[in-house]
Amino acid sequence: MLENYFPVLMFMLVGLGFGLAPVILGRLLAPYRPDSEKNSPYECGFEAFEDARMKFDVRYYLIAILFILFDLEIAFLFPWATVFQEFIAAGEIAWFVFGSVMVFLAILVIGYIVEWKNGALDWE
Amino acid sequence: MNFVVPDFYPAAAEIFVAVMALVIMLASTFARSVARNLAYLLTQATLIAAAFITIFTMEGEVVHTFSNLFISDLLGDVLKLMIYFSTAIALLYGRGYLADRKIDKPEYYLLALLMTLGMMVMVTANHMLPMYIGLEMMSLALYTMVAFDRDSARSTEAAMKYFVLGALASGLLLYGMSMVYGATGTLEFSGVAQALYNQTANQTVLMFGVVFLVAGICFKLGVVPFHMWVPDVYQGAPTAVTLVIATAPKLAAFAMAVRLLIWALFDIAEEWQMMLMLVAAASIVLGNLAAIAQQNIKRMLAYSGISHMGFMLLGLLAGVVEGDRHFALNAYSSAMFYAISYVIMSLASFGMLILLSRAGFEAENIDDFKGLNKRSSWYALMMLFVMFSMAGVPFFIGFFAKLSVLQAVVAAGYFWLAVLAVVMSVIGAFYYLRVVKVMYFDEPVDSSPIHAAPEVRVMLSANGLAIAALGLAPQALMSLCAFALLRSL
Amino acid sequence: MSDMKAIYLLVPLAPLAGAILAGLFGKQIGRAGAHVVTILGVAIAFVASLFIYQDVAAGNTFNGTVYTWMQAGGIDFEVGFLIDSLTVMMMLVVTFVSLMVHIYTIGYMSEDPGYQRFFSYISLFTFSMLMLVMSNNFLQLFFGWEAVGLVSYLLIGFWYERPTAIYANMKAFLVNRVGDFGFLLGIGLVAAYAGSLDYAEVFAKAKELSVTEMAVTGWPLLTAICICLFIGAMGKSAQVPLHVWLPDSMEGPTPISALIHAATMVTAGIFMVARMSPLFELSDTALSFVLVIGATTALFMGFLGIVQNDIKRVVAYSTLSQLGYMTVALGVSAYSAAVFHLMTHAFFKALLFLGAGSVIIGMHHDQDMRNMGGLRKYMPITWITSLLGSLALIGFPFFSGFYSKDSIIEAVHSSTIAGSGYAMFCVLLGVFITAFYSFRMYFLVFHGDERFGKAHDHAHHDHHGDHDDEEPSADHHHGLAPGQKPHESPWVVTLPLVLLAVPSVLIGFFTIDPMLFGEWFKGVILVGDNHVGLRELAANYHGPVGMAIHGLQTAPFWLAMGGVALAWFFYMKRPDIPAAIQRTFKPIHTLLENKYYFDRFNEIFFAAGARLLGRGLWKAGDQALIDGVAVNGSARLVGWVAQMSRLFQTGHLYQYAFMMIIGVFVLLTYWFNRG
Repeated sequence: MLENYFPVLMFMLVGLGFGLAPVILGRLLAPYRPDSEKNSPYECGFEAFEDARMKFDVRYYLIAILFILFDLEIAFLFPWATVFQEFIAAGEIAWFVFGSVMVFLAILVIGYIVEWKNGALDWE
Repeated sequence: MNFVVPDFYPAAAEIFVAVMALVIMLASTFARSVARNLAYLLTQATLIAAAFITIFTMEGEVVHTFSNLFISDLLGDVLKLMIYFSTAIALLYGRGYLADRKIDKPEYYLLALLMTLGMMVMVTANHMLPMYIGLEMMSLALYTMVAFDRDSARSTEAAMKYFVLGALASGLLLYGMSMVYGATGTLEFSGVAQALYNQTANQTVLMFGVVFLVAGICFKLGVVPFHMWVPDVYQGAPTAVTLVIATAPKLAAFAMAVRLLIWALFDIAEEWQMMLMLVAAASIVLGNLAAIAQQNIKRMLAYSGISHMGFMLLGLLAGVVEGDRHFALNAYSSAMFYAISYVIMSLASFGMLILLSRAGFEAENIDDFKGLNKRSSWYALMMLFVMFSMAGVPFFIGFFAKLSVLQAVVAAGYFWLAVLAVVMSVIGAFYYLRVVKVMYFDEPVDSSPIHAAPEVRVMLSANGLAIAALGLAPQALMSLCAFALLRSL
Repeated sequence: MSDMKAIYLLVPLAPLAGAILAGLFGKQIGRAGAHVVTILGVAIAFVASLFIYQDVAAGNTFNGTVYTWMQAGGIDFEVGFLIDSLTVMMMLVVTFVSLMVHIYTIGYMSEDPGYQRFFSYISLFTFSMLMLVMSNNFLQLFFGWEAVGLVSYLLIGFWYERPTAIYANMKAFLVNRVGDFGFLLGIGLVAAYAGSLDYAEVFAKAKELSVTEMAVTGWPLLTAICICLFIGAMGKSAQVPLHVWLPDSMEGPTPISALIHAATMVTAGIFMVARMSPLFELSDTALSFVLVIGATTALFMGFLGIVQNDIKRVVAYSTLSQLGYMTVALGVSAYSAAVFHLMTHAFFKALLFLGAGSVIIGMHHDQDMRNMGGLRKYMPITWITSLLGSLALIGFPFFSGFYSKDSIIEAVHSSTIAGSGYAMFCVLLGVFITAFYSFRMYFLVFHGDERFGKAHDHAHHDHHGDHDDEEPSADHHHGLAPGQKPHESPWVVTLPLVLLAVPSVLIGFFTIDPMLFGEWFKGVILVGDNHVGLRELAANYHGPVGMAIHGLQTAPFWLAMGGVALAWFFYMKRPDIPAAIQRTFKPIHTLLENKYYFDRFNEIFFAAGARLLGRGLWKAGDQALIDGVAVNGSARLVGWVAQMSRLFQTGHLYQYAFMMIIGVFVLLTYWFNRG
């Protein structure tokens, strides 16, 4: 019963290792010459500690939203890719499955064109 | 996995509208100079063409497709036609208003079209997921439209409230759906109904789910106690957007209620009927009473809308009495008739507000209607029709709408509810008649002439006359509702 | 049958279209346009009626729904037509008289500023009356009933600047409300107990209803229904004591006096009772009630005609009296005789009214008979047609009035129902009185000295105290200037007179066979086996000629001749005698002049009593209870609740969200607590 969870334990250990290793290695191998700028936490060009209700540029949202959009849409392609094999085996229906994903991508492309054309990708 | 290529034919209208939305998106991007008019005209053309497609693909019988996610029946077709119709009229009325305020961007029409698509998906959903996707599609477009006047603090505040509360309601709805799924093991409406029929569902979990579903539906209809957004949003949004919110989405919400409650949960009708009874009674009381205290006519109409939706629920809650389902068809068709009548009246009432507004002036107080008879006796008469009809004066369409739901309630034996509704609508007549009084008996505060595009004048007159004409001959529309339901059940 | 349906619809809709065109677009189409469209509409209706008549005569009747207006409580509210012999006869009478009156109006109203309005009203009236007679259900009957009442109200007050006209139309409206109240109660009883408003369905249940008793009171149901319905008829057909509005209605223009207050609308009550014969036949009590009311009206209203000096009022009282005759016929189950008299009366009374109108035109709107005399020379067509009309009215053999009136008298004679003895006395004496006042009018107007063109010694000719403010009405009685002569009216006025004179003389002779003794009303009008009706008369009937010759030997004829002779003696030979009688029998004359004090009685008892009651209810009920407690109190409560509800609408998002969560909890709690 419990051994079923062994891969999970392994996964956690590996994950932990991946997280810790760069930090430890960096500390061991890199030169260490701290100054105040280097010690301040990095947060996208903002002051780390100030009023949370400050104003900041709406363009961050735009980028974030566009990123999430495309990120999520791409996420749909992974499950599709895994089952596509089975549909190829099933024969003619494969074209339908392929086509529907192409339509899906076409909609994405149109959205991409529109946002590009409207200047959503220009920072200035 | 036995996966088959679905039949696209029943969904032709939905696909067409989706493609046209993309076309409009591209067209208004690349033809920036004429984008305003192009987007408007293409949107109207799309709505008209979609109506034709819906009519031509009408099957007269129930068809399922897309692995039972999609249902095509006469009920859906009739509601879709009404949705195109009311959206098209709302855009027609609102165009000049938006242009006066320099917010008639092509995106507005695109959003309206996407909202329409969302509603179409809701109307034809046979499964919780498309229902939810359609709902979100409609809602997101609406949130944005409310905030369309970006520089107006009131408008953006309203949009924010609408968005946050809408998100909360979506959460409730999703939670309800997941519980129903937990209880029955399926999200498909007919599957849920089957599970209820076999009595394999876990009752407690199911009931939790139903409460949350009802809460989600009630939010979209805007009935007490899920109505709090309604007055603020109606008042805050630009009048042209208020007009959109107050019309077609009510039909979509009605469709959602019908699909979820009747298609899926009919076997436990007596349970949700009790809940609806509470909210309906509360809405009718609070809507009518609170409307009296309003000076702002958009708020007044918002509260009046709350009470109207309460009345509409009277029809939905009178379907099954002690296991007897004979009343169901009559009751549900009366609710449908009420929803459609309300949309027609609502179009005309907000259309009148738009007519009286102009660049730099918002007609939104009752005082703005003072002496309308002196300024334009024709539109005063049209407003009189609308107000009388909303108040339920014979013989306007609103009277027959009220009469038919009351008949349904009485037939179901809920006399106290009918009496309450009648008393409240008598009290409610006060605020409608107050508008009529200021139109005819007060001196005009501002006597500037009324100017509007000819198509708005014609359509608004036709709209007002339709209220009177349908009141004289309500039988056709009533029969249509009954027939559509009969062929779909 | 469906092709006939279009024609049925055409009959009421053509006048309606005319009324709408003339009424709403009167300014645009002008005076000529107004009379062209309305006359065209009515003419179409008349021709269509003739066509339907042929169809019905060929045996095709119709009973069906045209439009279902709504359904409520298991009762259908419909617009439907019942086309049978009775209906088609009424349709012909209504459209024909209406057509004549339309044409006549061109001449009579030629100088009136309200020309288009008048045409619109009379066409609207024609529509309403047709809806009334063509109805196949009580609801539409009531609609037509109220619609003709409304148009009558509008037309009596047509000259709305005159206070007397406004007083008269108000009076007509209020008195009719009393009748309508009974009528509506009757319809309500029918709907409640028969569960239908359709004639055929109600008649099918008549037997069942006749043995039912009313809830609570235990009254016999059918008698109550019939009496309630008849109270409606009493209002509309001006039967004692609800007759008081009809003489005053003469304030309206003369064409409508002819059309509405003589030929058609006032006979609606008679028509309705005849239509309801399957119900009335089952209640002897109701029939006796009808009989006594009718007999009283027939005689006592005739007396009043004797003392009138206004030419139109004489005709008005004769109308009342003749309506009494029709009601008597209903009371003795001689429905077909009543309807027959209704038809003949429609022609000759319209003729008399239009003749009187022609005289009034000739006299430049002076209506006082004491200012006339000798008009025969100046207005020959009016004279001859009026003579024919008068002969028809008094029932001179071979004239149409003879056949109808004699049939009624014979029917009363053979009847055994309670009150028939009294009725016999009334109708016989009535014949004498009718002849007397008819020929009094005829002699005063057309024969004797020429009294017109003199200075008005009767400047304050009173209408016999029917209302106190006579002054304003004097200003429309222009009269002839000294030395001026009356002249014959234009052809549009005389043509209808001639066209109406033809049926006034002939129609009785030609239609008595089928209508009274033939098969014409078979299956439409029912006479129970326990009632004699016209059976005894039929047994002794040997054709119209035989009946007329036999009529020469009977009492009614000699009574009528006596009346004529007496009138001639009093007003041609010895004009001093009436004055002497008037002096000798002062109390009786005063009683008649004051019309039996009905108006005074109504004013004191009903008007003052109603005012007192109203004041009491106003103070105690309205101001204290309703205004104080119910209206203001509930308004305050509503206002308070409204203000409270605003407090909840704070505008704070978190409160809104909190409300929603509370709502979900309420629903959940509610669900779990109901077990």
